[in-house]
Amino acid sequence: MAERAGRSVPETLRRGLTFWRRSIQARVVVSTVLLSTVVVLAVGWFLLRQVQQGLLDHRVDTVVREAGTENQAAQERLAAVPGTDTDANAQANTVVNSIFTSGEARGFSVVMAGPGAPHTSLAERGTKLTPQLDLASVPQSLVDHFDESGSPTIAWTYTTIRFSSRGEVTSSTPGIVVGSTVTIPADGSSRTVYYLFPLDDVQQTLALVERALLTAGALLLLLIAALTWLLTRQIVTPIRLARRVAERLAAGQLQERLRVVGEDDLARLAISFNQMATNLQRQIRQLEELSRVQRRFVSDVSHELRTPLTTVRLAGSVLHEARVGFDPPTRRAAELLQTELDRFETLLVDLLEISRFDAGAAALDLDDVNLTDVVRRVVDSTRALAEQRSTEVVVRAPESPCVAQADVRRLERIVRNLVTNAIDHAESKQIVITVAADEQAAAIAVRDHGVGLAVGESAMVFNRFWRADPARARTSGGTGLGLAIAMEDTHLHGGWLQAWGKPNEGAQFRLTLPRHARHPLRHSPLALVPEDAAEVVA
Amino acid sequence: MTQGEDFRARVLVVDDDASLSEMLSIVLRQEGFDAHLVERGDEALDAFRAYKPDVVLLDLMLPGKGGIDVCKEIRAESGVPIVMLTAKGDTIDVVVGLESGADDYVVKPFKPKELVARIRARVRRNDSPGADTLTVGPLSIDVAGHSVTRDGQPVSLTPLEFDLLVCLARKPWQVFTREVLLEQVWGYRHAADTRLVNVHVQRLRSKVETDPENPEIVLTVRGVGYKAGTSGQQ
Repeated sequence: MAERAGRSVPETLRRGLTFWRRSIQARVVVSTVLLSTVVVLAVGWFLLRQVQQGLLDHRVDTVVREAGTENQAAQERLAAVPGTDTDANAQANTVVNSIFTSGEARGFSVVMAGPGAPHTSLAERGTKLTPQLDLASVPQSLVDHFDESGSPTIAWTYTTIRFSSRGEVTSSTPGIVVGSTVTIPADGSSRTVYYLFPLDDVQQTLALVERALLTAGALLLLLIAALTWLLTRQIVTPIRLARRVAERLAAGQLQERLRVVGEDDLARLAISFNQMATNLQRQIRQLEELSRVQRRFVSDVSHELRTPLTTVRLAGSVLHEARVGFDPPTRRAAELLQTELDRFETLLVDLLEISRFDAGAAALDLDDVNLTDVVRRVVDSTRALAEQRSTEVVVRAPESPCVAQADVRRLERIVRNLVTNAIDHAESKQIVITVAADEQAAAIAVRDHGVGLAVGESAMVFNRFWRADPARARTSGGTGLGLAIAMEDTHLHGGWLQAWGKPNEGAQFRLTLPRHARHPLRHSPLALVPEDAAEVVA
Repeated sequence: MTQGEDFRARVLVVDDDASLSEMLSIVLRQEGFDAHLVERGDEALDAFRAYKPDVVLLDLMLPGKGGIDVCKEIRAESGVPIVMLTAKGDTIDVVVGLESGADDYVVKPFKPKELVARIRARVRRNDSPGADTLTVGPLSIDVAGHSVTRDGQPVSLTPLEFDLLVCLARKPWQVFTREVLLEQVWGYRHAADTRLVNVHVQRLRSKVETDPENPEIVLTVRGVGYKAGTSGQQ
């Protein structure tokens, strides 16, 4: 299971990546959404900060003014008290109680600190405070602030307001603490009163704004995604259609066209595309027709030539048989007639074969064939020619048969063409034919040590009527079509026919056939460059 | 007709090209055959009946009636060897010609020696000595009498099909390659067109097998050739 999961994850990943690479739509949608997210987040953050700042500033203004008012009210109450009362504590209590009362009504807490040495905590100074309020709610910095500056009337800071009962914190909210001094008329001393205003409502408003912004942002992103998807879809769909039609056109369905809707850019693209397809179709048809007519003509000419050639051939033979009774010039004429008829005939046969390939009329008659047998048969049948050129032909074949599915008639023709070609160019040096096979392929290599091939010639040798040196006399009477026919025969088998050559070091022609017809070839059991010449190339 | 002419093998040439026909007749007469020329396909059968040739040379493209049809007509009433002359060496043309009953074919342009060798091979039947009666499966072959019976019913084979069957049946243990069959049955040494063998084996099967798709008498040995099926008794 783990193994399967391990395999399926990269599989999914691979598919996802493929989809990503293939789909413009996905890429455009994802990148647009990503970019929009960044912008929406930035805008949201900025808005939230603005709102927060505004709300807090407003709140601070309000509470400072409120604290001021309270303070002033308390001061006035104290001033109204008759001057006889000299108990400072009692006066302070009066003030505190009135502030407590108004604090309860308007939702703020109060701490009144007694006089004390500078830099001592509130607890050490003795305080009066709203029940359950935690003293730590008033930051020490604010307390110190009143000690240091001579006679500040009012100061504020942010804090966290905590309430606790029996040492346990019961609630904790952010808030503003405003401190302000009150002068007690009895002894002229001053008390600091801290007003603690909770920011609950501001916090709630902010949370609300935040939620609203988040929702709006999410909806906006969704909208952008949907819009982009829709937009790209409108562009991509016609492109995909065009691609499909182009693929079909490429596959040979030349009548395929795009549907033109409207007059927009895409419609104009479709119109141009269709025009291109029509032009292509016309040109291809013309070329097809032309080449069909040409092939047909070659085939007809060749066939029409056959019957008169047969008659001439028979007549030539009769004359040739009777040449002993002729005077010498006539006798020579009869002989020339005979040999040239042979040449003419092979040329015609080769031309016909080529025209059959061109017409696509060549068919395979497959059978399991042992390549070694074919090679030996060909060597037997070309022995006369080889001996005439005093060329030795050696066959190197494994003991086991090298079997491949092939058309034995065509295979024999390929090998015969390669061997006669080698004999032609071997300059009486040894020719080695190697046969080999493995699981996928079987191969025959024909190596000669003759004139060889110049750079770039190894591809041209298979061209029709190609000659290495046009000035060089043709010795064997080959038609110049042998290797071209061999190449066509090889293609018919789905095989390879390749040539290697070096000037004055000879050449090697390698035929590789798949062991099973129609299986694609991947490699050859034999090297194209012969071992004795490998280092020259390396 | 004189006694001497009777020994000359008779060749009926059916070809619409007058020059070629005349040239053929010259060559054939030089080689010791008697030749009779017909130019139209629809006259071929009458000429065949009247002339009673030993071999028919038949062009495929004929005015009046196609060579394939003429071939079928002649084959319907006689097993006389037919050699087709064809301008097309394509597999399909050759196979159609052979399937219509021809024994052999020569592709134009041919060498006179090649043609003569083939005609000789068809005229001179190889009457090999050996057992007079052979058995392959349900078939019983009377070699001397040139007849084959299947469960008592006579089977009509052309001489070439008969030779092919006898060749295989004489050595039922041996696998014959197509090349060996070409040499032993057709009498060719280097004419390596194995399609001849394939088509004749098919023709033979269609006549002697109960189910030609699953042969029991002429078996294919993949990659090698053919052999006779298990014979009841030698």
